[in-house]
Amino acid sequence: MIWILVVTAGIITFCLRYSMIAFIKPETLSETTKKVLTYVPSAVFPAMIFPAVLFNEQGQLYYENNVQILAILFAIVVGYLSKNTLITILAGLIFYWLLIFI
Amino acid sequence: MQDESKSTKTFQKDKVFFQGIYDVLPLLIPVVPFGIIYGVLGIELGLSPLVTFCSSFIIFGGASQLVLVNLFSAGASPLVILGSVSVVNSRHLLYSAVLSQFINKLNLPWRLTLGYLMTDQAFSVSYRYFANNKHEHSHFHMFGSGLTLWLIWQISTLSGILLGSIIPEELGLEFTIPLTFVSLLVYEFRKLDYVIVMLVSGFISILTFNLPFKAYIIISAIIGLITAYLINQKLKVKTK
Repeated sequence: MIWILVVTAGIITFCLRYSMIAFIKPETLSETTKKVLTYVPSAVFPAMIFPAVLFNEQGQLYYENNVQILAILFAIVVGYLSKNTLITILAGLIFYWLLIFI
Repeated sequence: MQDESKSTKTFQKDKVFFQGIYDVLPLLIPVVPFGIIYGVLGIELGLSPLVTFCSSFIIFGGASQLVLVNLFSAGASPLVILGSVSVVNSRHLLYSAVLSQFINKLNLPWRLTLGYLMTDQAFSVSYRYFANNKHEHSHFHMFGSGLTLWLIWQISTLSGILLGSIIPEELGLEFTIPLTFVSLLVYEFRKLDYVIVMLVSGFISILTFNLPFKAYIIISAIIGLITAYLINQKLKVKTK
């Protein structure tokens, strides 16, 4: 049973990844569509950021004593200033550790 | 003469390939603990080591693998499990649409390979490369970034299975996941229209977080893209 699930999930995931490569012909994309597609990271990634920081494991919002909020804001500021992926991750993580260990 | 031109060509491919590896390196900091956590969790939740390991290359998508093992161990129906995996991974449809502009001209084996290697991280770093470097070997960048992520994901899953939780829970490394996504957006932080889209998407994700099937990701993404479309229509009217 688990094998069937894993393989089916794998096929579905591959189809999702491959679908648009298979179907879209670049010349059919309008300039507007191309422009809107440049916003894909900005439209998808915040949905992976906000809930991960703001919700606890029970699915409830929590912001009192939530050090993750402070650390993520710090990372955003560092990212804004540095425009550097590595520096942003390291700074965010180190600041987070300072907050939880000290 | 011919040999010489051939060797510069290979050099180019190598260079682009290694650039892909180099660009994805910072993102491995979160991938390693995440892979280990997945390996440990799979075993803890009662999957066999073989299933846990194989799912990492059959599915090759951390978030969806976690959803699958969690729901399976909780006794959810296959339909719910596969539905959730589909919804969680539906964001790849958008990545696929973005990357299609750059990799559609490649032959079938390349398209299949890069399709399989498409993850949040590989998409993000290589899309940035594709947008800034238009040449015939640019796809080697995604081959480098994707393959590196793939390899590290398999190794870290295996480490989790074999060695157990070698990373202390107190380190709070789950936090590196949202941190990764912040670090992938840093180039857009100075552009107001992109920041508005981020805030809209983030706000919607909070509102819709408790919907079934983890639908909040794709709903927030679509509303974010509609916002982007509307902003651009406004800008067009203004410039006319």
